[in-house]
Formats: sequence, C-alpha cells, structure tokens
Amino acid sequence: MGETLRIYLQLIGAQGRAQASYRVSFWLDLAGNAIVVGADLLTVLVIYTQVPKLGGFGVAQTLVFFGLALAAFSLADLFVGNIERMKTYVRMGTLDGVLVRPLGVLPQLLAMDVGFRRLGRVAYALVIFAVSLSYADIPWTPSRVVLAVVAPLSGAVFFCAYFVATATVAFWWVESGELANALTYGGRDFTSYPITVYSGWFRKLFAFGLGFGFVAYYPGLALLGIPDPLGFPSWLGWGSVLVALIAVMVAATIWRTGVRHYRSTGS
Amino acid sequence: MRVIDVRGLRKEFTVRVRKTMLRREKRVVAAVDGVDLRVERGELLGYLGPNGAGKSTTLKMLTGVLHPTAGHVSVCGFTPVPQRIKLARRIGVVFGQRSQLWWDLPLRDSFDLLKAIYRVPGEQHAAQLKRCRDLLDLDSFMDTPVRQLSLGQRMRGELTASLLHSPEILFLDEPTIGLDVVSKQAVRGFLAELGARGDTTIVLTTHDLADIERLCSRIVVIDHGKVVHDGSIQDLHLRYGSRRRVIADFDVAFTYPVDLPGVVLESSTGTRLVFAVDEVGPLAAVLAANGSLRDLSIAEPEIEDVISRLYQTPAGQVG
Amino acid sequence: MGLVTATVDRLTFRNFTELASLTGAIAASGFRRFSTYRQATVASLVTNTMFGFLRTYVMLAIVGTAGATLAGYTGAQLAGYVWVGQGLLGVVLLWGWNDLAERIRSGDVVTDLMRPIHPVLSYLSADLGRAAYAMMFRFLPPIVVGALVFQIYLPKDLVTYPLFLISVLLAVIVCFACRYLVNASAFWLLDHRGVTMFWLFTSGIMGGLYFPVHFLPDWAVALLWFGTPGPSLLQAPMDIFVERDGVAIRVGLIGIQLFWAVLLLWVCTVVQRRAERKMVIQGG
Repeated sequence: MGETLRIYLQLIGAQGRAQASYRVSFWLDLAGNAIVVGADLLTVLVIYTQVPKLGGFGVAQTLVFFGLALAAFSLADLFVGNIERMKTYVRMGTLDGVLVRPLGVLPQLLAMDVGFRRLGRVAYALVIFAVSLSYADIPWTPSRVVLAVVAPLSGAVFFCAYFVATATVAFWWVESGELANALTYGGRDFTSYPITVYSGWFRKLFAFGLGFGFVAYYPGLALLGIPDPLGFPSWLGWGSVLVALIAVMVAATIWRTGVRHYRSTGS
Repeated sequence: MRVIDVRGLRKEFTVRVRKTMLRREKRVVAAVDGVDLRVERGELLGYLGPNGAGKSTTLKMLTGVLHPTAGHVSVCGFTPVPQRIKLARRIGVVFGQRSQLWWDLPLRDSFDLLKAIYRVPGEQHAAQLKRCRDLLDLDSFMDTPVRQLSLGQRMRGELTASLLHSPEILFLDEPTIGLDVVSKQAVRGFLAELGARGDTTIVLTTHDLADIERLCSRIVVIDHGKVVHDGSIQDLHLRYGSRRRVIADFDVAFTYPVDLPGVVLESSTGTRLVFAVDEVGPLAAVLAANGSLRDLSIAEPEIEDVISRLYQTPAGQVG
Repeated sequence: MGLVTATVDRLTFRNFTELASLTGAIAASGFRRFSTYRQATVASLVTNTMFGFLRTYVMLAIVGTAGATLAGYTGAQLAGYVWVGQGLLGVVLLWGWNDLAERIRSGDVVTDLMRPIHPVLSYLSADLGRAAYAMMFRFLPPIVVGALVFQIYLPKDLVTYPLFLISVLLAVIVCFACRYLVNASAFWLLDHRGVTMFWLFTSGIMGGLYFPVHFLPDWAVALLWFGTPGPSLLQAPMDIFVERDGVAIRVGLIGIQLFWAVLLLWVCTVVQRRAERKMVIQGG
C-alpha cells in the first residue's frame, strides 16, 4: 500500500516538473485561473448592490455559501479536474496505454495531469472562504471550528465524485463535449447561492436528489447558526460527510461500470 | 513452453448504421472471429492483415485492454482482463502511434518512472537500461525532453521503455510506422538481436513487409477476423502458388516450343520471355538446349504479391 | 470600410460578384463544418440549459426581493434576458475559438496569404456561416425550454424581430473581431494565454452574460456602452429582444454595435497587415 502510494507521488511529482518546464505559461495560468473565477464573486457583489437580501440571506451570509462552494470545488478541481479530459483519453488511446500498466486505472489517469496550475484558484478560494467567515459574525464554538474545516473537505470529496461520475459518460459517448460541465460547474454555481433562491422540482432535484444542498447550504447554515427557512434541522450541516461518502460510492460504481463497458466495446 | 494460448477468440462490436435521417440500425460485427493461436517461448511472430482485419483488437485482448466476447485466452499463464495487473508486469507493449513516455520530461525521467511503476530492482534496471542504451544508441538524447525527440529517437525510447522490466512477451503494434529508413533499420536490428537471444517472445503487427521478411520466422495472417495463414513465409509462397519468375533473353527471336508441367509463359517480346515456374531446373534445361540463349535470370517471389493476392481472396475461401 | 478597401486593393482584377460568391461559398462551408458536430451541439445545449435554469432562478429571486421591476426589467424580461443570453452564447461564440491562434502556432497561417481573398474577410465569412447554423440549432432550443418552464418575455412589437436579427448579426461580427484580435496576439506572443484569459474574464462581465450591465452604476453603464465593445456582444441583442427600451433607443443600440463592428474590423485589417509584414520580413 505504502509502496503504491509512493509510486503515485512520484508520478504526480513528474507531472509537476513537466508543467513547470513551461515556466511562463505556468505562472500565467496560475494567476489567470484565479482572476477568471473572480467574475463569479463580482456577480454576487453586483447583485447585492441591487437588493439587500437574496432568498432571505444578506451578502455576508451568501458569501459564506459562495466561499464554501468555491473552496470545495477548487480543491476537487485541483486533484481530479483533469478527468474531464476523459473523452480525449478514450479517443487518443491513452486509456489503452494505462490499461497495460500494473497500476489502477483511475489513479493513473488522475496522476497524469494534476492541476498544479489550478493552485492559484485554490488559494483564492480559501482566502474568500476565510474572509467570508470573518465577516459573517459567526458564533464560534469548537464544533463550528471543526465544521469549518470538515465542510470544504467533504464538499471537495463530493465534487471529486461528480467529476469522476460525469467523466464516465465518455465511455459510452465520446463526443459528449461539455456535457459533464452541467453537473460539475453547474453544481458549483448551484451551491454558490442559498438554495432558497431556487424552487419547485429544480430545487428538490439538485439540492436533495443530487445532494448539492449539502455542499455549502446546510453546512453554511450550521456555521452561521441560522435556522433553515425551509424547516429542516440544523444538524443536516454535518450531513455533508455522509452525502460525500454516498456520492463516492455511487461514482465508484459508475466508474467501474464504465471501464467494464469500455473493455467490452472498445473505443 | 507455451506463452500464448488462444482458442476460439471472438470479439463482437455493435455498430449503429444510420439508415435514414432518424432511423438507426444496430448491427453486430465480429472484429475477431474464432482465432486460434499458440505461441511458444522465444518465437518471433508477425501478425499481418489489412486495415480493420482485427489485428489491433486481437492485440488488445491479449494485453488485457479489451475483454473477449467469447473464447479462451491465456497469456503467460494469466487470463488477461481479470489478471490485468499481474499480466502487465510480465509483458511489454509498444503502440506505434502513441507514446508511453512523459512528453515534457527528459527521456531519462521516463525510465526512472517506469522503474518505479514496474518495481524493477535497481541492478536489473541498470543492466537492462545499459544494454538498450548501447544497442539503441540512446546516450546522445537521454537528457532531451521527449517532445523534442525525432520520431526515430522516440521509438528507440519506446522500445527501451517497454523492455526495462524484462518482459517475457513484447507486443509491438506497428513499431516502424512513419520512421525513416535508418531508424527502421535500427529498430529491426534491435528486434532481431532480441529475438535471437531467445528469452523474449515477440509479437509484432506491421504493414511493413520488410519488417516481416527481416524478422519473423512465423507469420499469422488475419483477414475479416479469421486466421487465413499460420506458418513460415515459404509456406505462404507454396500455399498461394506464388512462383518464381524466370527471365530469359535470346539473341534472336525465340518461340517457346514445349509445354512443361508447372511452367507458364507470362509474356514474350520475341527476344525476352518471362515464365512463372514451380521449379527452375526442367525449364532451364529446355531453354539452354536452344543455342541462342544469352542470359537467364531468376526472380524470387515478392511477399507483397503474396499478401496482396491473399487480401483479394474473399474470406472463408482460403484455408 | 477599411476591410473592403484592403480586399479590393489586392483584387483589382476581380469584380464584386466574384468576391460575393467566394465569401458565400466560405460561409456555406462554415455552416456545413459545424453541422457535423451534431453530438457536441446536443451536449452544449444541455449545459446551456442547466446554466439557464440557475441564472433564471437567481434573477427571479432578485426581482422577487426588489419588487415589480429592477434596473428597467420586469421578472419576465429578466428571465427572457437569461435565456436569450444562453442561446446567443453559442451564436456569437464568446469562448472556445482558437482556429487562428492554432494556425499561427503551426505555421499554417502562411497559406492564408496565398488565397485570393483577404484573410479577415475569409475568417469572417466562415464565422457567419457557423453563426447561421448556431442560430438554428443552438439559439432556438434554450428559448423553447425557457419559455416552457418559465414565464419569459417574448417581443410584442413586430419591428423587434428584424431589429433583433440585425443586432445578432452585428454582435457576431463584433465578437468575431474581438476573437480575431485575441487570436492574432499569437503573432507576437509565444504564449497568448494571458490575453485569452483577459478576454474570458472581461467578455462575460462586460457583455452582460452574468448580470445585465444596467445593474452597475450609471457612469459605468455609459462607459461600457460607449467605451468598450462589451455590451455590443450580448447585452444589445438581449435588451432588444426583451424590449427593455423604446424603439428609438433600440435602434440606437444597433448604431453603437455598428460603430464597434466597423471600428474593430478596421483594427483587424491593420493588425493583419502588420502581422503579414512581420511574417514576410522575419519569415514567420
């Protein structure tokens, strides 16, 4: 086990060196990635120049949801974001090369292109999250401190599961284009706002059916110490851990089904 | 020792054919259709066939990339797909048109990473690398990033990469495709040497018939998913009646007088006659008996002719 | 227009009809090329629709808090604005065009100079063909979905329809010119990703994709309309579609778009001339 982990670390290290060999591009990406996500923050701020409350929440509170969603998403993107290139891996035959090596398929693909250039985005997201926490007037208790650390991490695990599960589409549909973005980037946008903004079947489906409500909204409410306007209990904030685990199990099943499908159909 | 044992191997793909704008029809196509193949340790096997004949599909099933629809496959004693990781340590694979090297890193780094991936002991790695460096002349570009290598240099790197863990079987899919003449020679020379030592079994698919003639003692020809020939090149010639040509030049116009068995007059310009023959002896005797014979040359059959004739024959009618 | 002069300079022996049929042929090939990406189109539609839902809910929540209207829009107008924006995203093609930059990097761009047509005009024709395809298959479906699920504002005034189509055409031209310039920076920069990212960041915000530019303070709105091509990319056709302003102002918006289209195409030809000189002198 330790041996295998060391091999993966070595693979990731090699990837880092490879990316650093394009020095200028690397720094440009690092800085640029952070700037591009700035558009979303600006959007939230501009919206709050028009209205004092959105879905019943003020700007400081929404920024907690926003920061939490962004931190979780950026961490996931850093580690597994490159799996969205699955279509290319299938089309170019990279996957065949991976299958003839004595290591797991998914870890190899993930180690092939860890997004060091997305580190800027992670740093930026963590700063936003920290700042939003300090502005939001949170009644700190030991359990809230733990939750402030656990929530972005389990959110990250949750998004990792979504990245992998949606990338699996490429096994069936190589030309699926940006389809996966609907749930990965779309999921991030969904969780960036309080779910009271949405309504009807859309909210039920995404917040509860697909679990996105547990990435930022419920942990955010628990941090803020605000009761849920929708009437659910506050301990749901800790549900993010459970939901993340369920998502991982589902994603693993989908992934294995996908690999099995590939082996029986080729590309 | 038998290292590859394949019986009744079959692989079906479902293709959707667009019938009209809206209607699509599913059709099952057998890319590999009942292949039997037994390879002994140390053999150097050429696996031939036209595009789409099922060569790559077979190779993918032997290496654990694809799961067979039906049939028995055993490679190094393993069943490829369920025992993929165990098998991967025992085989080397070179897919000619894609790289297993780290594109942006010096070649040396790829070798170090592969050493870790395959958990090759230090000494074995050093010895194997040393041998490849000498035979394939790698020293001048060991520290060059792979993306800057020429195609020939890269292929030499790929060969080394696939051999560092001393595999029992080396699978090569089009290893000389796109290479310049010198690099082709280098690759062939290296494979010939590797094959001659007898401890590595080599299975090679190629379009380049020179590869086959230079390297392979045994060739398996596949077409429409079926094996249509399995044997030596000589067998292939015999079986498909590829004949040697006899070209005879005369000082004065000559008319071929007799009708020998196994001799066909292909063309005549009066002074030059071209024959296709099974045996040269009887014809040569007849021609030499004629006083005006100036020159006689014999051309060996070319494998291109044999293969192209073979491909033109509809599947199932031969063998 | 600078573009035409440059083209005619080079093609004095050709008459206008020939040029028109040539650009028509290029546009048709652009249309056909994109009609082969059928599956990718379906995938983008799903994604655009998802983002349409998200943005509509946020906009409706804003109006719900603010009262009946906000920044000159009613709820239905804001919903219409969102879905028209999602549909137009694939028509003006804000992101994801690197054809020229790729050709510059590979050196293929040299062959562009050997064709009997000005490169800017040639790329523009192909892009208009692509946009025509997108108008049918990427614009209409999101509008239909949006109209089925939400109450979205559809134009009441007949004159809005031709105005909207003209505005979309101009938006495509303005967006094309911006993309062309972003791509052309690859002539001078080994790595033009910095420019691309600047474009990604500014185009969405200044174009009005994330929120209507009217949400900004008045001075910023004026600065964006008159000082940048941003609102001409999406905001103009979106505002025209939902009839936010009277007919006179709608026509005025088209005037602003026209100004930017002409100015930017002229800049494109200047940049192209510089780039050609650089290629000829330095050999690429």
